Amino acid sequence: METSTLNIVVLVKHVPDAQLNRQLSANDNTVVRTDSILSELDEYAIEAALTLVEERGGAAAGNSVTALTMGPAGAVAAVRKALQIGAFEGVHLCDDALAGSDAAATSLALAALVRHLSPAERPVDLIITGMASTDGETSLIPAQLAARLELPQLTFAASLEVTSEDSEAGGGTRKAVIRRDGDTEAEVIEAVLPAVVSVTDQINSPRYPNFKGIMAAKKKTVTTLSLADIGVDPAHVGSAGSWTAIDSAQAQPARTAGTIIADEGNAGVLLVDFLAAQKLL
Amino acid sequence: MSAVLVFVDRHGAAADAGLSARTQELLTLARTVGEPVVALAGPLFPAARTGFGAAGVGRIYQSEQHELFDYLAAPKADFLAQVSGKHQPAAVLLENSAEGKEIAARLGIALSAGVICDAVGLDAGLGAQKSVLAGSYTVTCRATTAISIITVKSNSVHAETAADPAEPVVEAVSVSFGAASLTAKITERSAKPASGRPELGEARIVVAGGRGVDGNFGPVEELADALGAAVGASRAATDAGWIEHSAQVGQTGKTVSPQLYISAGISGAIQQKAGMQTSKVIVAVNRDGESPIFEIADFGVIGDLFTVLPQATAEIKRRRG
Ligand SMILES: Cc1cc2nc3c(=O)[nH]c(=O)nc-3n(C[C@H](O)[C@H](O)[C@H](O)COP(=O)(O)OP(=O)(O)OC[C@H]3O[C@@H](n4cnc5c(N)ncnc54)[C@H](O)[C@@H]3O)c2cc1C
Ligand SMILES: Nc1ncnc2c1ncn2[C@@H]1O[C@H](COP(=O)(O)O)[C@@H](O)[C@H]1O
Repeated sequence: METSTLNIVVLVKHVPDAQLNRQLSANDNTVVRTDSILSELDEYAIEAALTLVEERGGAAAGNSVTALTMGPAGAVAAVRKALQIGAFEGVHLCDDALAGSDAAATSLALAALVRHLSPAERPVDLIITGMASTDGETSLIPAQLAARLELPQLTFAASLEVTSEDSEAGGGTRKAVIRRDGDTEAEVIEAVLPAVVSVTDQINSPRYPNFKGIMAAKKKTVTTLSLADIGVDPAHVGSAGSWTAIDSAQAQPARTAGTIIADEGNAGVLLVDFLAAQKLL
Repeated sequence: MSAVLVFVDRHGAAADAGLSARTQELLTLARTVGEPVVALAGPLFPAARTGFGAAGVGRIYQSEQHELFDYLAAPKADFLAQVSGKHQPAAVLLENSAEGKEIAARLGIALSAGVICDAVGLDAGLGAQKSVLAGSYTVTCRATTAISIITVKSNSVHAETAADPAEPVVEAVSVSFGAASLTAKITERSAKPASGRPELGEARIVVAGGRGVDGNFGPVEELADALGAAVGASRAATDAGWIEHSAQVGQTGKTVSPQLYISAGISGAIQQKAGMQTSKVIVAVNRDGESPIFEIADFGVIGDLFTVLPQATAEIKRRRG
């Protein structure tokens, strides 16, 4: 078993369920957040954090996994789900002034939140995020958060390990090492902790909350913080603090089914007829 | 006219290689909204210089410092921030790759500038068009800051050369990197074998296979080759190890919008649809008539891919003589 303990923060987002019909609000073109769930891709981040701390003896050994979210009142559901899956405690940054935040404003608030939760006597070692939120899908947050915190960014990790090299003076240097699968090459990237790591769905198979987990979650604490609590000026977040804006949005008609045929021995030829008619050959 | 800075990474490019299709598209788009200026990471060989000239690039800021390639994303953002400080562009354009978005993200923080990703078009006022929520809306958005940072999806514009070619002036830049930028070190790189087929994200036609191919991508590849297409896959097929992960189409793979997407042995789960439903024409072959893929197919065949695909391949070859 690994001996060094880890203090990990996992970022989780509450997003509209992609299985349902997702909409933009007619007033301000922001995403309508009813029927929201924990972003599916953040489950991989939670699992990655739990795996790392379990290898190190879990809570008993002094490790911790804290799930953080920023969002309206209902977003606490994402944190609760993370607690059911196994995160130790939760933090919800909730403030009316956050409404309409773009990536720049979100990363500013999340950076302040992480600093707030990282006192000198117990600093955060790793910040693990999903590869993208399933609503915004920008993947901007991990990079912007790393830039704002001036921490190394290890993004799109398909594997993650924390290694330690013992120095003679004792107290080794701990590194996060990831593998990432690019289009033209695979890369191994490493950085000394603390670091921001975003993980893909290649990294693990997330566990489901079981009955024990669901019961245990009821006893875990969720702390709600406001912008004032973490020392962020409301003018720097929300629509006011954002650096991008949506001018207009247009709903696209849903795709409809075309011609469907059952193969009667010549469907391959009919398929080619269709391509020819569409001038696609 | 205001300058539009285009980021071009030519690390490891062959000496005789011209500009990539993506670079030419970015430069074409840059010309529609301003005057293209290039920030080049890597070497400048004559073939590329000629390409930049033909694209109307008057000035190239160049750096080949090894830090740019030894660490992830951050040094490149430092480079662009420094060039932006010198040249004051109205916009910075980058490729929409994972790395392109990361550089853009960091540059946004460095310049206090808004970042738009996944753009498919730009208007004269730097409003960017993009599709959101898996194609259910098209939005026009913009950076409200002095500089707009925009990553542009490939194939969004038709690449053209400039009406007025230029003779680019090259200025070497010595980037001073932030201490925090030299921290995520790339310690190993392994190149992936090239397939000889078009690149998935850029292809006009994609033929994709799923769990239904049952370990045998042969019929999918043969149809793809007859059509000059790229090969794609569902996550079930890449997870099974039948084809490399870079072929995955969908929420956690590539988002493609080709002229034609042929889906074979793929059920059409929401995560798969998220990556292909903006394709112009969708053709599906699946044994199960109840598969959700048929809800979005323009032409669907309920049948066995192992008979339908080879027959189609043979028919295409026969028609072409
Ligand atoms: C977080 C997350 C992210 C994901 N991201 C992606 C993603 O990016 N891309 C993606 O594709 N999936 C993704 N998935 C997985 C997705 O949910 C589906 O599980 C997956 O797409 C199923 O692949 P499939 O259609 O090939 O397999 P199946 O759903 O098993 O479908 C196989 C189909 O093949 C048909 N078939 C079988 N034999 C034949 C035959 N001989 N001829 C014709 N048809 C045949 C069957 O009728 C069936 O419809 C993701 C899932 C999660 C949870
Ligand atoms: N409002 C938020 N609260 C907590 N985490 C977030 C929030 N937005 C984004 N993230 C994290 O950042 C990752 C990437 O999101 P994005 O950059 O929006 O695609 C997500 O998978 C989350 O882990």
